Amino acid sequence: MKIHIRNGRVVDPLNQHDGIADIYVAAGKIVAMGTAPADFHANRVIDASGLVVCPGLVDLSVRLREPGFEYRATLESEMLAAAAGGVTSLACPPDTDPPLDEPGLVEMLKFRAKNLPGPRVYPLGALTQKLEGKLLTEMAELTEAGCRAFTQADAPLTDTQVLLRAMEYAATFDFSLWLRPQDVSLARGGIAHDGAIASRLGLPGIPALAETVALATILQLARATGARVHLSRLSTRDGIAMVRAAKAQGLAVTCDVATSHVHLCENDLVGFDAHLHLTPPLRALRDRDAIREALRDGSIDALCSDHTPVDEDEKQVPFGESSPGASGVELLLPLTLKWARDMGVPLIQAIDLVSWKPAQILGVPGGHLSVGSYADICVFDETAEWQVSARALMSQGKNTPFLDQPMQGRVRYTIIDGHLDFEAP
Amino acid sequence: MNPQLTADGRLRHLLTLDGLPRAILTQILDTAESFMDVGEREVKKVPLLRGKSIFNLFFEPSTRTRTTFEIAAKRLSADVVNLNIATSSQTKGEAILDTVDNLAAMHADMFIVRHSQSGAAHFIARNVAPHISVVNAGDGRHAHPTQGLLDMFTIRRYKGAFHNLTVAVVGDVLHSRVARSQIHALTTLGVPEVRVIGPKTLLPAGVEQMGVKVFHNMEQGLAGCDVVIMLRLQNERMRGALLPSAQEYFKFFGLTPEKLALAKPDAIVMHPGPMNRGVEIDSEVADGPQSVILPQVTYGIAVRMAVMAMLAGGNS
Repeated sequence: MKIHIRNGRVVDPLNQHDGIADIYVAAGKIVAMGTAPADFHANRVIDASGLVVCPGLVDLSVRLREPGFEYRATLESEMLAAAAGGVTSLACPPDTDPPLDEPGLVEMLKFRAKNLPGPRVYPLGALTQKLEGKLLTEMAELTEAGCRAFTQADAPLTDTQVLLRAMEYAATFDFSLWLRPQDVSLARGGIAHDGAIASRLGLPGIPALAETVALATILQLARATGARVHLSRLSTRDGIAMVRAAKAQGLAVTCDVATSHVHLCENDLVGFDAHLHLTPPLRALRDRDAIREALRDGSIDALCSDHTPVDEDEKQVPFGESSPGASGVELLLPLTLKWARDMGVPLIQAIDLVSWKPAQILGVPGGHLSVGSYADICVFDETAEWQVSARALMSQGKNTPFLDQPMQGRVRYTIIDGHLDFEAP
Repeated sequence: MNPQLTADGRLRHLLTLDGLPRAILTQILDTAESFMDVGEREVKKVPLLRGKSIFNLFFEPSTRTRTTFEIAAKRLSADVVNLNIATSSQTKGEAILDTVDNLAAMHADMFIVRHSQSGAAHFIARNVAPHISVVNAGDGRHAHPTQGLLDMFTIRRYKGAFHNLTVAVVGDVLHSRVARSQIHALTTLGVPEVRVIGPKTLLPAGVEQMGVKVFHNMEQGLAGCDVVIMLRLQNERMRGALLPSAQEYFKFFGLTPEKLALAKPDAIVMHPGPMNRGVEIDSEVADGPQSVILPQVTYGIAVRMAVMAMLAGGNS
């Protein structure tokens, strides 16, 4: 399949390219930019006039719900949703049922995903067996099976000695650990940020300290062991300050935040909408503002959707009984663009946070539009307005706090490995 | 948009006192006043809600609150059905919404809801047909608006007005839906100084943003108060990481005659019940001349009648 993407605004953070250019795709690769190679006869010409052509998005957290949670979503539905969101590579957390703690499970998932249209699927392996926080998994075997990093996802790891051993073992092979900092004891029983709003609403609180106390432990252990650590889903101003300081001291850590936390805060909980029940909880306005600023100054390395489709019945209950999480892979791009508009950040810097930078964290090809690289490309209309609705989302999970809200920016085409895997109707 | 009000500003549901306008609170108290004599008549009934079906939907056990709602509804001539869901369909795994839909199909006009989860009444109100009203009879730690209103009614009866009062709420504010409703009502009705008194483990984060002054010393907090509201301390919280023991709690935060003497001489003492004598309150105070704890219970019926009558549109 040969594709000619004509006359689009090519925005490529790695190559610092932002300008009108044609892109030529053949045999799964970008074969030329600007001028067509000799004898190039496109099977498909995409007129990208007025559209943005950028690297396919790399999402660091997309739950595909297989195996085990097919009532919430399936591989088919979520890979299609991801493609519709312009995502060409994704990391899927191991909190499936059973968890991704054995090479066979990982191989099966990769095999299933490979035979479906949609993004490249990079499983994250469970850090501990059954995610129980006790026994290490066979990390080297899991790596051979295709795991890119190891994580507990949202499962607790209460035993600090296990965490230390996990870091030492991972550092032996230079494996990457992805950790969401949350002290289990301090968060126990909580469902919302422990602040003025939760106090008013009578919702049991998760203090910001749950994040900073856990972070202090993780950063100390990372320093001591030299393990490669990526911090997932930071949510507090103080936590971000700690990571910023650690980086300034030369510690090689990276971190991400979820798009929901860039736009929402505890104030939105008034009314008890269970769609706002997220992990970590939506924090105070000052925390949200700190996240927005840290994305701008580079202290936060990547933005992800933390896509968590749940069954509708799991949100049709009182707030405290609902399953946490939001469906979001199709909102990754528009919510990133909204942040950039709100903050006056150039488009190329915003795209960087959802393409090149997360590709580096995940350690995978993609995330850029260099000639000779994989043809993973997203073509979107920066100004197209649409409204979030159950019908507008391809994901089986319709659980989003942005339901009925207007969005600006919509994916038109997603090319993965040189194939046109998504084309907006 | 306030989910509790109709487009023209009338009461649609009663879910919380947070955000209700002062005029509505005052209207409820005035309406309750007009119902005060019904309980003293030979025939304790008025026909305002004749033909209406009111369902007591209690997902959490309660005797006291459920009974006062039942009496209030019957005095308004409504038909009352009590459902103790804590012991029936919920244990069989039926979803709340299915329960609610089933009852709506039986032509319910009003749901009185109690649930252990904060926001449960909001959730049900969001999912009922337009002709059904929801009254929150207590949701988790969030709100207990009719209790808050009957407390305001009691204060107004004994003190006449709100604008010149100092009111202290003492004890386990963290877990108390009653305290939250009281604080919202007191600040809305114009009480110039609302205090909360308790150990740091029992006060919620950022409580001062609800418009209260925080005290950790009971003697200082009670000084000059017109109204002292004691909160119930749940048994399971008396020992553990929140408090070392009931004895130590009583010593520092229990209301004794000596501590009450620091409030104004004509201060009244309130308690939402049921009381733990010797834990948060000394019997001598609970049964003493400044206690208005039993009148609170009586007023609770008139206040709940007022709320139901207004919701049913019968407040003419």
